Amino acid sequence: MSDTAAQTRHIPDRLNSRAFRILRSWETLLLGVAIAIFVINTFTSPYFLNAWNLSDATFNFTEKAMIAFAMALLIISGEIDLSVASIIALASTAMGLAVQYGAGTPELVLIGLGVGLLCGAFNAVFVTILGLPSIVVTIGTMSLFRGISYIILGDNAFRGYPDSFAWFGQGYLYWVFTVEMLFFVVIAIFYGVLLHKTNFGRAVYAIGNNPTAALFSGIRVQRVKFILFLLTGLMSGVAAICLTSRLGSTRPSIATGMELEVVTMVVLGGINILGGSGSIPGVVIAAFVMGLVTFGLGLLNVPGIVMSIFIGLLLIGVIALPRLWSMFTARRAS
Amino acid sequence: MLSRLFPARETILASAIMLLLVIVASRFHGFVAPSNLANVFNDTAPLIILALGQTVVILTRCIDLSVAANLALTGMATAMINVALPGLPIPVIIAIAVMLGAIMGAINGVLVWKLAIPPIVVTLGTMTIFRGIIFLISDGKWVNSHEMSAAFTGFPRAAFLGLPVLSWTAIATVIIFAIMMARTPLGRSIFAVGGNPHAAVYTGINVGKTQFFAFVISGALAGLTGYLWVARYAVAYVDIAGGFELEVVAACVIGGISIAGGAGSVGGAVLGAIFLGVVKNALPVVNISPFWQLAISGSAILIAVAFNARAGRAKGRIILKTTEANS
Repeated sequence: MSDTAAQTRHIPDRLNSRAFRILRSWETLLLGVAIAIFVINTFTSPYFLNAWNLSDATFNFTEKAMIAFAMALLIISGEIDLSVASIIALASTAMGLAVQYGAGTPELVLIGLGVGLLCGAFNAVFVTILGLPSIVVTIGTMSLFRGISYIILGDNAFRGYPDSFAWFGQGYLYWVFTVEMLFFVVIAIFYGVLLHKTNFGRAVYAIGNNPTAALFSGIRVQRVKFILFLLTGLMSGVAAICLTSRLGSTRPSIATGMELEVVTMVVLGGINILGGSGSIPGVVIAAFVMGLVTFGLGLLNVPGIVMSIFIGLLLIGVIALPRLWSMFTARRAS
Repeated sequence: MLSRLFPARETILASAIMLLLVIVASRFHGFVAPSNLANVFNDTAPLIILALGQTVVILTRCIDLSVAANLALTGMATAMINVALPGLPIPVIIAIAVMLGAIMGAINGVLVWKLAIPPIVVTLGTMTIFRGIIFLISDGKWVNSHEMSAAFTGFPRAAFLGLPVLSWTAIATVIIFAIMMARTPLGRSIFAVGGNPHAAVYTGINVGKTQFFAFVISGALAGLTGYLWVARYAVAYVDIAGGFELEVVAACVIGGISIAGGAGSVGGAVLGAIFLGVVKNALPVVNISPFWQLAISGSAILIAVAFNARAGRAKGRIILKTTEANS
């Protein structure tokens, strides 16, 4: 009981106004960064401000963002899924295999989504039913799923996808607006509503903040987590369809390292890596920031592996800087 | 007494390895010939060394996914130093490798200790940063065997009492770790931090600092292995040991190192590494494509972690005093 006295919290007399809170939020800061990068890119490369180039640039982030939305909910609930890139590899391999047996586009889509769901369910069983830590489980399935792709494909590749299948990754709806952009917007709205406007979303936050308290307040913690793993698997399936359709071929090394970019996008979007807080609009802006940065660096002929240094620095920096700042201000205050 | 000598988990793992050897040997007698077993051990030596470093990190409730990238960066750096200064004696090269690796480990450690960033995020980030730096310093080029000096590539293969230096390095690391974990304050505090961080603080152990040292140890071993790896295979490029960090974690998990920290043994980690090494070397012998390796280590992680959880499952939480009194 004596502990509670030491842990008194400062409760403000009145809350800041809504406008002030929005102005000071992580999302606003991120939006400022996005605008700054946009302006810098415009000045550094003459090829940047072109509707078609910008449209091409969206491919840098749409597929990753689809997974990032589902991953955001998963991370808010205190779990993580590192196997997403491997799920893409396995789903893509399954679709490629189906093509060899003459599957058409509708079957391919069903197979892609089905494999994604199955992989998500596989992770979910280990985490929620057997009660194992999600980091280890998904590190294991990361090897397992991609390993199965390697067993099936070896050093070969699947090609020969039907022409109509190209619609998902290469199709345009109108002028420069791609089919993937439509998916991106629809999925963003779906997850935004799911997280911020439904009971399910409130449950996700509650579980992330205190799973025990959530359980005792009547939330079926394991069931919610099971659904979140299913959703992440499903989104990986959608991303696999888009990526396979865009590339037109499947190799077992497809999407290697994408889990890192997805997690970076989620963390950059202001989702607390320890769970409990964050928002979908943040992830949307983070997706644009990462897309703009990689596109800008690409226009400056920076190789992909050097961009990955930048992604790594971004991941650590985004978490480190606020902590450094609070340490700095705390030291000044004392 | 017998159960103390042979803890259940290590005995099971050792029996599994023996069973595997017997099955392979029943069809291919040559596999269990002493010279071939020595080869298998030598081939597994880097995995054993890295698994021991990873064990220390996992025991303190952290994880180090950057070991393979650290290994590759140190390997590339030592290879480039060797090309630039062919006359540099091998002990100096080894010292540089260990230092470089330790510095990279220290970077991970500081971020975990001082900024309290989750280890998985830190090492996922540094993993790509280290790989990217290899590209920057090497310009994407390979360092090939004809550019390296004979002393540089010869050292890990030099035979000493019938075994190559690489194998002896692994054996020495195992002995040092066995002593360190059982007999030194650092070893005991590593267990204490992982077992119960709050209790560790009350016994005067600095939790963050212990985790920092765990990362430095893991990094230094990755650096040492980086030189040995590059010298043994006589080639350095950006992607060497790609994905090896998963195999290292797999070895630890199979060896019964609890990912929740605080439980595990040096012997377990070594047996876990040897298990994977035997599987890897047996695959081509029994005519299974090496492409199976990745899926097998993935399944091994899942089976091992499920098995660990069954063995050490916590009983339900006691929330009523009366129940507690009855039990």
